[in-house]
Amino acid sequence: MLLCNLVSIAQRVGAPRIVATRGIPYPAGDPSLSPDGERAWRRQLLERALHALATPVTEPTVFDDEPAR
Amino acid sequence: MRVVHYVNQFFAGVGGEDEAGAEPELRTGAIGPGRRLASLLGDDHELVATIFCGDDYAAGNPGFAPTLIEQAKEAGAELLLAGPAFTSGRYGVACGRIVAAAAEADLPALAAMNPDNPGLAEAAGAPVVESGVTAREMGPSLERLVAAARKLAAGEELSADDGLIGNAARTNRMAERSAAERSVDLLVRRLEGDRDATEIPLPDFDQVTPAAPVSDPADALIALLTEGGFVPAGNPDRLESARATKWIRHSLEGRDSLEEGEFESVHGGFSTQWANAEPNRILPLDVARQLEGEGAIGGLHTEYFATTGNGTTVADAQRFGTEWAAELHEANIQAAILTAT
Repeated sequence: MLLCNLVSIAQRVGAPRIVATRGIPYPAGDPSLSPDGERAWRRQLLERALHALATPVTEPTVFDDEPAR
Repeated sequence: MRVVHYVNQFFAGVGGEDEAGAEPELRTGAIGPGRRLASLLGDDHELVATIFCGDDYAAGNPGFAPTLIEQAKEAGAELLLAGPAFTSGRYGVACGRIVAAAAEADLPALAAMNPDNPGLAEAAGAPVVESGVTAREMGPSLERLVAAARKLAAGEELSADDGLIGNAARTNRMAERSAAERSVDLLVRRLEGDRDATEIPLPDFDQVTPAAPVSDPADALIALLTEGGFVPAGNPDRLESARATKWIRHSLEGRDSLEEGEFESVHGGFSTQWANAEPNRILPLDVARQLEGEGAIGGLHTEYFATTGNGTTVADAQRFGTEWAAELHEANIQAAILTAT
């Protein structure tokens, strides 16, 4: 699965599982947050990524919701 | 005709990657490559203003395009030119979005970029002509852009002979010969061995069949991958900062996090200050280890793979992908998380 900011391009080239991030230079971060806040955001991204990996897809799919626990 | 030119923050002279967040702006007259553009356009056309925006801003805020097009029209634009963006991905995306927004607002527009630029598809049918690979080919790229712009300004249609690339918008026109005659003609050419002749070029889509999901990430071995030019400090394997021809691997064993000073990004397509200050922003090892410790991830692969996705050719990128998949398969890895910049 792909963590990226340019979601439209990822969809167009056919990346099956996509999680949107907040900026090109920091795909797994957000420097505008406090260190703790940023780490919580990164954890959220990875939880979405794991949810995406466990979900069947047939076409490029963006996972931007919190996974159900 | 009154021409308005779009460039990014770099070619506008505002700054490099440190200014990639610059907001959209219009300035009177030609700036940077626009000066050469203006002289090539000659006396028939006047370059009245330059519009620009930081590459990161344009990539993250698609609304920059209609905003700038409105300003361009207020400045009297009758034709909009964008680029050339060469193989610069974010700049190409911005140029594509600008000409698409111009077309939407009934302003004739034309962009220039390399056929490998991912921004090509953003143009949404607005015309794009081919440019070189890097700014070293600025001269010939501007000449081609201007030649095509002259035809567009004269109301003529552009074709592949003008360097037109991408999916051109389909328009209605009268054909000299009937569809029956033309299709038989194409059939005869096919029988004679011409495999390419067509009136409807199909888009060159690469079909990717999604892999089946993992049954439970808690039982899966997962690899971390990136195209963020991510290397051990000092870049011992000499990974390229642009137009990568190779990829690298490095061990993650014994590491719970990636520390500043031990890893860095050599990517030449964005400011690496945030990546270098906190390397987990590129490769999220710290929280991946946390999730592994909590049992949410079965296990992390012992090493990461990285290349640089910056002007990289599609052919090289496909080769890296094939090699990565084979390596991961061999190591019995069930899934991968790839961060893209």
